[in-house]
Amino acid sequence: MVGITAYGGYIPRYRVSRMLIVQNMAWYFPVIMAVAGGEKAMANWDEDAVSMAVAAAYDCMAGKDRKKVDGMYLASTTLPFADRLNAGIVASALNLQEQGVVAADFSACLKAGTTAAMAAVEAVKAGEKESVLVVASDQRRTKMATMFEMFYGDGAAALLFGNKDVIAEFKGSYSISCDFVDHYKGFGKEFDYGWEERWVRDEGYGKIIPEAIKGFFKKTGMSMGDIAKVVYPCYFTGTHKSIAKELGIDGAKLQDNLHGNCGDTGTAHPLVMFAAALEDAQPGDRILLAGFGQGCDVLCFEATDRIKKFKPAKGIKGHLASKVDFTNYLKFTKFRDLITADLGIRGEANPNTSLTALWRKRKMIMGFVGYRCTKCGTPQYPPMPMCVNPQCQEAGHFEDYEFAVKPGKVEMFTGDLLSPSVDPPAVYGVVSFEGGGRALVDFTDCDMNQVKVGIPIRMTFRRRSRDQMRGFTGYFWKAVPQVAG
Amino acid sequence: MASGIRDKVAILGMGCTKFGERWNESPEDLLLEAFQECIADAGIEKNQIQAAWIGVCFDEINIGKSALAASLALRLPNIAVTRVENFCASGTESFRGAVYAVASGACDFALALGVEKLKDIGYGGLPEFSSALGVTNSQWFPNMTAPGGFAMLATGYAAKYGLDIQEVKKAMAHVSVKSHANGALNPKAHLRRAVTEEQVLMSPMIAFPLGLFDCCGVSDGAACAIVTTPEIAKSLGKKDFITVKALQLALSNGTEMVYEWDGAHFVTTTKASTAAYAEAGIKNPREEISMMEVHDCFSITELVTMEDLHISERGKAPKDIMDGFYDRSGKVPCQVDGGLKCFGHPIGASGLRMLYEMYLQLLGRAGDRQLKNPRFGLTHNLGGFPMLNVCSIAIVGRYGD
Repeated sequence: MVGITAYGGYIPRYRVSRMLIVQNMAWYFPVIMAVAGGEKAMANWDEDAVSMAVAAAYDCMAGKDRKKVDGMYLASTTLPFADRLNAGIVASALNLQEQGVVAADFSACLKAGTTAAMAAVEAVKAGEKESVLVVASDQRRTKMATMFEMFYGDGAAALLFGNKDVIAEFKGSYSISCDFVDHYKGFGKEFDYGWEERWVRDEGYGKIIPEAIKGFFKKTGMSMGDIAKVVYPCYFTGTHKSIAKELGIDGAKLQDNLHGNCGDTGTAHPLVMFAAALEDAQPGDRILLAGFGQGCDVLCFEATDRIKKFKPAKGIKGHLASKVDFTNYLKFTKFRDLITADLGIRGEANPNTSLTALWRKRKMIMGFVGYRCTKCGTPQYPPMPMCVNPQCQEAGHFEDYEFAVKPGKVEMFTGDLLSPSVDPPAVYGVVSFEGGGRALVDFTDCDMNQVKVGIPIRMTFRRRSRDQMRGFTGYFWKAVPQVAG
Repeated sequence: MASGIRDKVAILGMGCTKFGERWNESPEDLLLEAFQECIADAGIEKNQIQAAWIGVCFDEINIGKSALAASLALRLPNIAVTRVENFCASGTESFRGAVYAVASGACDFALALGVEKLKDIGYGGLPEFSSALGVTNSQWFPNMTAPGGFAMLATGYAAKYGLDIQEVKKAMAHVSVKSHANGALNPKAHLRRAVTEEQVLMSPMIAFPLGLFDCCGVSDGAACAIVTTPEIAKSLGKKDFITVKALQLALSNGTEMVYEWDGAHFVTTTKASTAAYAEAGIKNPREEISMMEVHDCFSITELVTMEDLHISERGKAPKDIMDGFYDRSGKVPCQVDGGLKCFGHPIGASGLRMLYEMYLQLLGRAGDRQLKNPRFGLTHNLGGFPMLNVCSIAIVGRYGD
């Protein structure tokens, strides 16, 4: 049996109320008042498509053996590197094996997520691969006072495909590929360029998705009666519903487009909605998953008895539930680099990233992998040639030790206003990990006033530096203090 | 069996510039200013100096690499000149080079120089140091500054002793008030205004819980020393001259940051001070140390250091501080010259500037700040961060005492 063996997702903690955008920008473009309801998920200033993909992948892989993954596909239209495998960064952050693993980026189209899922399922079905992780993630910057700013949210989702312990069996697929350009982003351009909404809605979503689903039924002999849930993106909520009507999908069968509480997460969105649907799926439920963009992909899965045995670490619903309202629109625009604010001379420092050092220390930096001394058992980070335990100090008797998944607590901290940061104060401190080991790290996703010595933390993979001059994005792990709200 | 440095090396002369925003002087100008005072004090000729060391930390903004700038500035007679750098211990490292050269018998006269020009960068605080971390650390170290690094210690200290952070802040405030009172009396200090505890507590936040007045000044300055053997000092007619009683360095080896640490003390200072007291023959530092110049880069650093020097008991530094134990009128006056707080911290110069005050006090030349009959003076530097640092300690006193 081939299908999904695990799933997960990630929605960033901050939510921007659409009313906040209206309050700030309706003077400039009053049309946005028409969609002022609900809120959208907003990536923190140190997140991007790659970091969110890593978070979704860890959510999916909780309790799974990452060493068994032999394929890693990343789908996104907002990848930080045009030439450097972005999926390779995700693979390093997951500390996947390097030998025998294929990693690939799927990009340039919002249905890249469903296309990557098709490629994964086909590879497993063909017997070439045993366990392929597909992660879709997008963090799309938008111009201020645009409908895109109102509609787009940030997020990621992950699906693991395999042939053992399947929780949702693959039941077939169908695709339409056509050069329908509802929007595009030209090479070197910062923002999406979109065509008239009425056309996109009626001739794009409204025609191509129904055609593809009908095509799938024709190909497989199934009908809507066989389907328990239908997942397709469409941020025009009216159109989302009218497509359902045309296809004979009754209300309960239509998966929420998450416009109200998340926004459209681009390439990730079909998978985000699908991951949310899997959280509710009952054994025997058949779910249609469609992705839209220059055509449409349709995939069908049937939940097995095992569906109830799997739970992502937090899941889409868990992430949606744990949120913090982001109430400063100017700060939102600064986080997206839409406005210019001075960082001072201190903020100009821009050391080049040594690629040789990064290669040597890739496990340490990207995977947050330290050592455990095999003589005395001491976990330690960073990995150094000699054991840190003063009673041991053996050289060269180490095994890799993953700190990324270890819970920890705050030992000491500060909120630094001198340090250049777009989100001052820069909060950082020393954390200690359950099972041993400690590290001096930046904190993120936290309110300085809630940080206390002794509170629990979890580690998260984040963007650490962005070298504007050379175009390099550096990543490392940060601590997230675990406080309610 | 090594016998230590006690009484093997005499300080023949010292010099120190006025510290401050010396916009119009170059590092070379500052070196010469300190050197001229020093060599006049020593009473020897420049060509008698056989080796020299110069401590400077941020070479990129100061004199560049190598010791050539010092050799050029002072037109030294083509002798060995060595640039040393060990964070905030750079000045004391320079002194150590000169002292060890004399103690070894390799030189009769050696010169220790320290200089730093911090005000050539165009912004406040210490220079940004991301490119100085090395190719690996610069890819993972937090977005950290000096005040932030030390601010963490205050939260660790408060947690360890179950104190409200405001209680710690009050003691920290007194540390700064005391140093400003001393600095106000010192014509060579940069900041010469007395402040109140309320002013310190109300100063703008820099890195929680450190406010602006918990942070030392940022200045330009230079200091230097000429050292020789006690025998030569005597032959030059020096009486009651000052000798080195102890000179110790201790560096972190990773345990604090990686293995085990309470986050409320300096492992290195605890070890270096113990070794220094043994070297100097001091049994009870709380009774025997007469005065100190410690590394008060931030008020919390000084507070915690009082315990690591084994002068305040663990957890008792705030009480001693509030009791005035470290005030100029107290039992062990600390930062008699105003400290880094009022002098600022031109890194390469600081260790030598501290020794300069101890030297003046022991010779009875400290003017308005003069203490009564000081016997042993201790200087201390702490470079880096609480969890990863370089500590240096020197003890000086009269020869034979």
